Amino acid sequence: MLVESPVLELDDIQHFLISRPPARTARYEFLTFRQPDGGRKWLSGMLDKVGIAKEVGSNEPDSRWVTIAFTWNGLRALGVNEASLATFPEEFRQGMAARAEILGTTGANHPDHWVGGLVSPHLHAIVVLFARDITERERCRIEHQQYLSRCPGAEILSSLDLEAIPPFSYAHEHFGYRDRLSQLTIEGTGDQPTPGSGPAIKPGEFFIGYPDESGSQPISPQPEVLSRNGSYLAYLRLEEHVGAFRDFLKEQGRTPEEQELIAAKLMGRWRSGAPLTLAPQKDDPVLGADLQRTNDFNYGTMDPYGYGCPVGAHIRRMNPRDTAVNMQRRKMVRRGGTYGPPLPENAPEDGIERGIAAFVGCASLIRQFEFAMNVWANDPTFHELGNERDPFIGTHDGSYDMTIRKRPVRRKIRGLSAFTTVRGGAYFFLPGIKALRYLATLADQG
Amino acid sequence: MATRPLPREPRGDQKKTKIVERRKAEDWTKPQAMAIPKGGYFADKIEQGRYGPIFPQTPACYGFSVVAKVIPGREEHLYNHAKVIEKAIADDPTTLAILKAHYLRWVIFSIKGESYMMYQGIFDTDFDKYCEDASFLFGKTGIISAFEALEWWPADYATNPSSIVKFFREHHFPSFLEYSEHPYVSCEQVRKALTLKASFSSMLDQMQEE
Repeated sequence: MLVESPVLELDDIQHFLISRPPARTARYEFLTFRQPDGGRKWLSGMLDKVGIAKEVGSNEPDSRWVTIAFTWNGLRALGVNEASLATFPEEFRQGMAARAEILGTTGANHPDHWVGGLVSPHLHAIVVLFARDITERERCRIEHQQYLSRCPGAEILSSLDLEAIPPFSYAHEHFGYRDRLSQLTIEGTGDQPTPGSGPAIKPGEFFIGYPDESGSQPISPQPEVLSRNGSYLAYLRLEEHVGAFRDFLKEQGRTPEEQELIAAKLMGRWRSGAPLTLAPQKDDPVLGADLQRTNDFNYGTMDPYGYGCPVGAHIRRMNPRDTAVNMQRRKMVRRGGTYGPPLPENAPEDGIERGIAAFVGCASLIRQFEFAMNVWANDPTFHELGNERDPFIGTHDGSYDMTIRKRPVRRKIRGLSAFTTVRGGAYFFLPGIKALRYLATLADQG
Repeated sequence: MATRPLPREPRGDQKKTKIVERRKAEDWTKPQAMAIPKGGYFADKIEQGRYGPIFPQTPACYGFSVVAKVIPGREEHLYNHAKVIEKAIADDPTTLAILKAHYLRWVIFSIKGESYMMYQGIFDTDFDKYCEDASFLFGKTGIISAFEALEWWPADYATNPSSIVKFFREHHFPSFLEYSEHPYVSCEQVRKALTLKASFSSMLDQMQEE
């Protein structure tokens, strides 16, 4: 049944997938609830701290933004009954660790090696704190620690502190690539798509209870008060092997310019953010920083053979644009940041873990996130490549290649090594505001 | 239901299943046959897809042979839809590109006076990986509408791609033997070889004019 797109209920949606607050630090706390009433008491006291989509970005000078989400086991731990739990999708019920083979998180990326208790069935919730600075984050951490001690059985399994890395004038990750360039627009937010980013996407692709790009409204988990305005989050903690990456570039490129070009070929953009499709020969930092221009390209007509942006480059795999079908049903909202200290230029690998800890937000984990990991990141035959995986988020064991097409003869890098390792992951349900209240007031089903 | 019981999905501890080993460089000049165990899977080489284990690739590529009973009186509907599909592909030859299909065949046959349809496909991508895209395109071309003439076709197919995958799995009869004269050769490789041949022919023609 085709239905009209209703107004997005921004007063009932957590801010997380709608806006990016101006935070330079963050802290993720992974919680367990030993007793349902302790979990509900904890949630009750957190309700007025959760960021609401309608309020974030208003005139109020916020300095911290809080988000709360639950695993399937966490919903059960709060007292959601079995009949309701059974209405959630199979992939969410199983959790990310159980889907490892589908996601391609095998070998060194396998959940057997994950840290922080994320594989445990006792992982029940995550609190994401974005803070303007470290002082504010510390204040919140201490306040939350004190509050938790008053909630029987509510405990921290593990935590992760995140900080932006210098220079702070633009968002980037440890390899040095400019981040936050994807410009996805959701219908009903009032935002306008930037050139080349595609039309605004139906809210049902990200929030439960709305029509999606199929033109109809998918079946929601029950009861409606629990699922409406909710989303699913796929969390990944991805360690970046900066020293190994720099060594690789030095091995493959004789000059700094050649090394930069290889770095760009792996990503599909120069580290400045300038896309190879628009700047195939030489970096263009002004283009990279210009959000009105840096996404304004396609592959089908502008770079069909990948002489600019290789077919297997990260951004071309994660967003094939006009060279794939049904793209409006594959889009996801990305959130997160960097953790660990930056590795100074010319410093050898120091063995300290650093990387990205990020979330993907969507309405269907199997159709959006799992498709991206299973097909775009890890299918070696993606677009007829034959033996390649995403150079950054694909799972590598030294047996996959990277083809850089150029005239007259292509260059094939054989046996690409792993530049990243998955150190943890989990699936969460990000409830709406009314749903949080519903969960906080659930009677104990036990 | 008139069709055979479902092909059993393999059980067992996921950790014990091995990732399918990548094929080494295949020799397309050497014809190959592959015997496939009952049930359609190699127990020690099961690849998990998002909607369940994936039927293995053989020298004759990926494929399915779906058999389902036609709802009495709906046979004519299928013949009519053949025209719809013919026109859809004529209007846009790339419509089913996502499947990388070598061949698709629709066959109607009768057993004891009841009509059945077999839908057989041979293609280069495994159906599960691209199932949502495939179902979306099937809907666009009218192929799915044709399936509405079959018994057990899911009512929620338009909103629930997994129900389509389930139907295909439940009505798929896996091969027990597959053969190819040119093993593992993909549509794209065939297309490129023919393009190259045409280019060489053109080049030789040009040389005659010197």
